[in-house]
Amino acid sequence: MKNTTSHRNVLIKSLLGAAVMFMFAMFVLPPLYDLFCEITGIGGKTGDAYTATEVVVDTTREVEVQFVATNNATMPWEFYPVEHKVVVHPGEQKEIVFYAKNLTGMDMVGQAIPNVLPNNAADYFLKTECFCFNNQPLAAGDDAELAVVFIIDPDLPASVNTVTLSYTIFDITDRGSMQVSQLK
Amino acid sequence: MAHGPSESFFSRWLFSTNHKDIGTLYLWFSFAMFLLGGAFAMVIRAELFQPGMQLIEPEFFNQMTTMHGLVMVFGAIMPAFVGLANWMIPMMIGAPDMALPRMNNLSFWILPFAFAILVSTLFMEGGGPNFGWTFYAPLSTTYAPDTVNYFIFGVHIMGASSIMGSINIIATVINMRAPGMTYMKMPLFVWTWVITAFLLVAVMPVLAGAVTMMLMDINFGTSFFDAAGGGDPVLFQHVFWFFGHPEVYIIILPAFGVVSQIIPTFSRKPLFGYSSMVYATASIAFLSFIVWAHHMFTVGMPIAGELYFMYATMLIAVPTGVKVFNWVTTMYKGALTFETPMLFSIAFVILFTFGGFTGMMLSIAAADTQYHDTYFVVAHFHYVMVAGAVFSGTAAVYYWLPKWCGRMYDETMGKVQFWIAFIAFNITFMPQHFLGLAGMPRRYSDYGLQFADWNMVSSIGAFMYGGAQLLFLFNVIRTIGWGKPIDDPKVWEGAEGLEWTLPTPAPFHTFSTPPVLK
Repeated sequence: MKNTTSHRNVLIKSLLGAAVMFMFAMFVLPPLYDLFCEITGIGGKTGDAYTATEVVVDTTREVEVQFVATNNATMPWEFYPVEHKVVVHPGEQKEIVFYAKNLTGMDMVGQAIPNVLPNNAADYFLKTECFCFNNQPLAAGDDAELAVVFIIDPDLPASVNTVTLSYTIFDITDRGSMQVSQLK
Repeated sequence: MAHGPSESFFSRWLFSTNHKDIGTLYLWFSFAMFLLGGAFAMVIRAELFQPGMQLIEPEFFNQMTTMHGLVMVFGAIMPAFVGLANWMIPMMIGAPDMALPRMNNLSFWILPFAFAILVSTLFMEGGGPNFGWTFYAPLSTTYAPDTVNYFIFGVHIMGASSIMGSINIIATVINMRAPGMTYMKMPLFVWTWVITAFLLVAVMPVLAGAVTMMLMDINFGTSFFDAAGGGDPVLFQHVFWFFGHPEVYIIILPAFGVVSQIIPTFSRKPLFGYSSMVYATASIAFLSFIVWAHHMFTVGMPIAGELYFMYATMLIAVPTGVKVFNWVTTMYKGALTFETPMLFSIAFVILFTFGGFTGMMLSIAAADTQYHDTYFVVAHFHYVMVAGAVFSGTAAVYYWLPKWCGRMYDETMGKVQFWIAFIAFNITFMPQHFLGLAGMPRRYSDYGLQFADWNMVSSIGAFMYGGAQLLFLFNVIRTIGWGKPIDDPKVWEGAEGLEWTLPTPAPFHTFSTPPVLK
């Protein structure tokens, strides 16, 4: 009988261990990965909406900000930045515009995902307003001007003189009501 | 009370709780899967025999590469070693049976269903999984055929089976060793398996997590791996290889154990460096958890990450080198004979080491950019998986088959099979190194003309290698049915260990009273 209890012991402990590893993979690894990327800036993810505070504009320094627009795989929209680059002073608030047009005959929903290069600039690229915070429904043939308001943090590392902000636009029509903001 | 097996065929095999019968079931199932996965490989090599598209559509080719990998890894190699564990571990540690015999039955009998589900997708609209055995998202999510849900369900069942099998082994080894069988007296096959079992319990749930996240992305609108919803496809690769790297050691560690049993027998010397073998196995198992990203050097990692994973990977060569050294030293000045199991084991040591060296080349992050996803990688992992796990499994069957059925296999046929397999294996995979270094990418159904010659050579080798397996099947069936009866408990002159104190053939129930150890 001693054997039966110790078998059950091993069984229960091992199954618990397996369950813990499953939970670890499902609920710990993804947030851990996001956290790691956020700390290191790998992946160029930018933060959520930033509330502007009074900062001193550093007029002695100029940073070139370039804009790139990419259509993901099968996304058929026309999508490009109206200006391809601007020069700003760190701390200065700047508004720029992307243009999107639904070229198809169907109502569609798009979602732009931002990315900043170099990686060590991602934390210093602050967006007070961005069309990427919401999805973009466009009826068949409609177009829209999509605004981004951003501030470059004056703490931007001195080695960075050029920052590239890239948007990839995805077709999320089939995803129904799911929005990025709900997932975060 | 001596009970024999049930009289009725169905109740004997369907309801069996006997470790030997379940081991036999595992071994036959894995051999069937080996032939199926081999048939897929033959389709691949037939299509690649010449440049251009001859036999099949590219879409079906992708399904073949995917199914070949999945069936071989999860259906052939892993169940084969679980079968060997079932047969041998109780006999090696002096236990009457496995600790949890009913769970043992369950863990085997869900496997055929898992593979029926997986293989049935080939006959469905949209075809089977076509995203490679590594099923990277978004190929396996956004762009997958609808049958991906069957694949996910199949993987879940396989994982459950592996976890239950492992728990059984852990419980057996911890609780059921004969009096006096201390941990450091256990045969190395038992040691490597118990370490493997811990690895399996740790990482199969991670695989289950990965496919569950896929399932939710596909069907329930989450975005774990979907960039459009704020997820990240690279996360999939991290989760997968966090499972996948320990997985390759799960496949090879029991193979190490088998070879560590066979080489001393035919060298007529004890294994050199037993305790260092145990520690090396444990070190390899530990290191397997911290090197996963060397599979993804080209994904865009920071340089610090590449360096870390490069050096950590190279570190694995140290315990592995200890093992190879010990095997060679066991043979050194031994009274060697070259029966079929020994031939396969020596070939294992040589070819596995070769595969290890190409692994070292691949571990160099800077050079991996060139080798990544080429046939060089394909050649590398077939040297460690086929010449490693499959050769070792074949050696194990030849080594223990006389014990199992009380009949001797045909030595000449075994040796013929060995030489065909050894030569054909190298004809198949050696040229793939050259193809890979010349830049031929893996997983494509067609290739540039400059790759034509070596591909034809490789295909010819593959057909020969496939033929050698049919000879193996024939030899095994012939032995069981018509082999020369033997009754020497030791079978092999130099064999040591509890399993060789039992009568030959091994009775249905063994060690009902624990043996006494010296």
